[in-house]
Amino acid sequence: AEAAGAAMGGSGSLLPREALSEYQELTFLSKQEILLAYKRFSELLPKEERENACSARLPESRILTLPELRANPFQHQICRVFSTSVEGDGSMSFEDFLDMLSVFSDTATLDIKSHYAFRIFDFDGDGALDRKDLEKLVNCLTGHGEESRLSTAEMEQLIQNILEESDIDKDGTINLSEFQHIVSRSPDFTSSFKIVL
Amino acid sequence: KDKEEDESKEEDSCSQQNRASRKKNYQQKNSDGKKAGEEGSRQRERGKKAPTKDQKESENKEKKTNKKEKEGDDKQKTDRKNSTTSSSNSSDEESLSEEELAMLMEQVEQKKKLISTMRNKPWRMMKKLSVLREAQAFVEKFEGALGKGKGKKLYAYKMMMAKKWVKFKRDFDNFKTQCIPWEMKIKEVESHFGSSVASYFIFLRWMYGVNLVLFGLIFGLVIIPEILMGMPYGSMPRKTVPRAEQATAMDFSVLWDFEGYIKYSALFYGYYNNQRTIGWLKYRLPMAYFMVGISVFGYSLMVVIRSMARNANESTADGDDDNFIFSWKMFTSWDYLIGNPETADNKFASITTSFKESIVDEQESNKDENIHLRRFLRVLANVLIICCLCGSGYLIYFVVKRSQTFSKMQNVGWYERNEVEIVMSLLGMFCPPLFETIAALENYHPRIGLKWQLGRIFALFLGNLYTFLLALMDDVNEKLAEEDVVKNITHWTLLSHHNSSVGNGSTATPPPLDPADVPRGPCWETTVGIEIVRLTVSDILVTYITILVGDFIRACFVRFMNYCWCWDLEAGFPSYAEFDISGNVLGLIFNQGMIWMGSFYAPGLVGINVLRLLTSMYFQCWAVMSSNVPHARVFKASKSNNFYMGLLLLILFLSLLPVAYTIMSLPPSFDCGPFSGKKRMYEVIQETIELDFPLFVAKIFSYVANPGLIIPAILLMVLAIYYLNAVAEAYQRANAELKKKMQMQREEEKNKRNNKASTNPVLQDLEDLFTPSTKSESHLKEAEDKKIDSPNRTSPVVKQDKAAALGGSPMTGGRGTAFTLPPHMFMTRPPTPHVWAPYPGQPRPRGYPLGPVPGRGRGQPRY
Repeated sequence: AEAAGAAMGGSGSLLPREALSEYQELTFLSKQEILLAYKRFSELLPKEERENACSARLPESRILTLPELRANPFQHQICRVFSTSVEGDGSMSFEDFLDMLSVFSDTATLDIKSHYAFRIFDFDGDGALDRKDLEKLVNCLTGHGEESRLSTAEMEQLIQNILEESDIDKDGTINLSEFQHIVSRSPDFTSSFKIVL
Repeated sequence: KDKEEDESKEEDSCSQQNRASRKKNYQQKNSDGKKAGEEGSRQRERGKKAPTKDQKESENKEKKTNKKEKEGDDKQKTDRKNSTTSSSNSSDEESLSEEELAMLMEQVEQKKKLISTMRNKPWRMMKKLSVLREAQAFVEKFEGALGKGKGKKLYAYKMMMAKKWVKFKRDFDNFKTQCIPWEMKIKEVESHFGSSVASYFIFLRWMYGVNLVLFGLIFGLVIIPEILMGMPYGSMPRKTVPRAEQATAMDFSVLWDFEGYIKYSALFYGYYNNQRTIGWLKYRLPMAYFMVGISVFGYSLMVVIRSMARNANESTADGDDDNFIFSWKMFTSWDYLIGNPETADNKFASITTSFKESIVDEQESNKDENIHLRRFLRVLANVLIICCLCGSGYLIYFVVKRSQTFSKMQNVGWYERNEVEIVMSLLGMFCPPLFETIAALENYHPRIGLKWQLGRIFALFLGNLYTFLLALMDDVNEKLAEEDVVKNITHWTLLSHHNSSVGNGSTATPPPLDPADVPRGPCWETTVGIEIVRLTVSDILVTYITILVGDFIRACFVRFMNYCWCWDLEAGFPSYAEFDISGNVLGLIFNQGMIWMGSFYAPGLVGINVLRLLTSMYFQCWAVMSSNVPHARVFKASKSNNFYMGLLLLILFLSLLPVAYTIMSLPPSFDCGPFSGKKRMYEVIQETIELDFPLFVAKIFSYVANPGLIIPAILLMVLAIYYLNAVAEAYQRANAELKKKMQMQREEEKNKRNNKASTNPVLQDLEDLFTPSTKSESHLKEAEDKKIDSPNRTSPVVKQDKAAALGGSPMTGGRGTAFTLPPHMFMTRPPTPHVWAPYPGQPRPRGYPLGPVPGRGRGQPRY
């Protein structure tokens, strides 16, 4: 625990040693990464809450100030997926935050990455990617500029093509196993589905 | 919302079940702990022992299929009745407890496995924590109970050591990650430019690591022993600057050309003495020099091949599978590392264009305009480029020849002395843009265009390097001829000096001739070393100056002159430079080739390279962040990784060739270097074996070196390669076959959904075969599923089975064979990581034994 305190430069409270080793066991993160995550997390908290950073919750707006998530088009979705908040407001506890970093870390397996990618792309949370989800996804990927948007016909064509390729059981949606099948074949999914603090 | 609830309920039920089973175990353990002295407790014990066994069995089944679990529960109940009766006539207590121990051990092992794989489960941290604590408590509690008597202590000790080992490994891993340098720098670049630019810096860092090892080898085993224990400077001719050069030996201009004192230092081959052992350690320096020279190549080869193999292993997916173009664009094109809004905007734009392009491509593929014109232009472009390559080759040959005549003249200017380096650097600087301009004629797809461009630059560099080497080889041959003459002169000089002192009639030993005055040979090895070092240094300078002028000054100009200029400089003509990934990587690779080639004749070269890579890391990071803009088209990094590694391997091989040639077939200089006085350099090994090893080793060596043994060995290797190749091909064919099968299955599935009157007659035939009964179909599905697994395995049994299934499935008569497969074949299928369960109803192969999912037909995500 002393080491943990020293590494954090005395900002905020300490991360207990047992918790640290448990987190190492349960995530793909190394000790330094967990400590760094803890530091960054407690920095985002208001001063008076830093004492008990483990039990505090960060609102979504604060999390999105992280430079790592600032430019991400799926930022709200990411917060929503990893949040354990009962109200569904996307606020995160430290453990949620660690969950997120673990999934996005370098060493996480393809299985878990694709699982969470699916949940991030599943905007309405019904366990399948339907046309609405895909449309939202395309809009996220093409940015907010008016000129960069695809026209309705193009969008229609694109979604049609995607469903043709990947919707194997032809129910008009892409489910998790179909999604994992596609993504596991892709050469650069694991290298790009990564966020490093 | 209610979905979440549903999920949590499911989790609850699952964990409750686990808890229940665990509770049973606890009870059983407790009773076990009392050591069963009394009759009654034994009875109770027996009553419980048997169910746990069944339970374990059912747990195993749980692992295989979730569906089976219900059955298993039922079975368990029925079995319990049976076992209570059967246990009465079981054997004595000893064997029972042993059995039990084994069971317990297995359970503990299972828990441990669960702990170690917990991080792979898509659960919330809360759940993971609670399950982890539970499992840990279980392990803690029962680990000590295992084993008995002496075995118990040993077991406990072993467990403790295992725990310590795990902890140590984790700490060591943490330490290792902490030791990786420039993590933050690269991350910063990554967030600005995406993963492709960062991949260059990662490559640079990797290269730095490799060079550090080479540096350690050469400095630790050759240069430092020579400096510490070898004869000091000035003690003998090869270690002394000749009298004629002494006046200018310390001038900067001379040192800059690596002449003067630098030439006669431990940085070059010529400085080393051919004394067999040096110092009080009796360090065999010539031997060490030779072995280090070889191990530099050996180590590099090993590292490159290992990292290539690792890359190949990592990319489980074959990128050329073009079934999912759109889906990949959709699901995997965002680079989550991007943290900079500007880069994100670029990325948005490039994704949008790629979407639009692919839609257009899909709509009108194969739209051909004037194909003759395009062909003509492509041929023309290639002719032009070949002309360029030949021209540059000739230019270099011409310049090197000219420099040889210059080197014989006195008082040549700076330009004449450095002509070769300047010309080569200029060619390297101007030819690639020229190629790019010419390539615009060809109108290839950008990705194909990039490959061509890389290939051409590679050919240019390689051609230049090899012309340079050929010209150098001419030089070496000339020097060898010259050497014979000098040898006689030296011999004669020493003799006459001796004679003259003897002739004077003095009885004392003659005063030795000053080493600076002894006439000496040209020492071609040092010449080669110096040439390569100079080339490397000039390459470094040109690279840095290009970055400074082409990127930094340009960026400054664009940035500050934009306020007072007629047009928009930032968007218009000069704009900011992009970071040229492929060019930089190629530059690095070629530089490394030079290092490999030169390190044998100039041991200090690796030191220079380490410095270069170190400064380059900081300098280029700074230049990229300060004066470059992200690419308009962002290329993916992962695909080309092994491509670059392949180039590196090729370069390594090509730079090995000239060195090996000189070692094996040119005589070393007679008066400089560690091998002087020998006919060939490799004789140092024979000498060591003969003089330092017992006789039988020499004998063994001579047997091993016998052609009668070497030729069969080579034959054997060739046969092995042939065999492995054949096996690999067979696997590939099997893979292709499976792929085709899967595609067919997909097509069939599609057609079935769309319309029954499908188009493909082959598929229809297949369908006819599939339809007879639902039972057989499900069976076939299982067979298919197994086949998907089989490429991951190598056992011939599976192959046979697969063949049986392949042969059996389409024929009605063959269906029997499919049925004769023992059912446990399907059950014992090992969980493989990336298997796609092709049918939605099937469980995910890696699933942790989850609770029964009654109402779920489709593979829904478990949140």
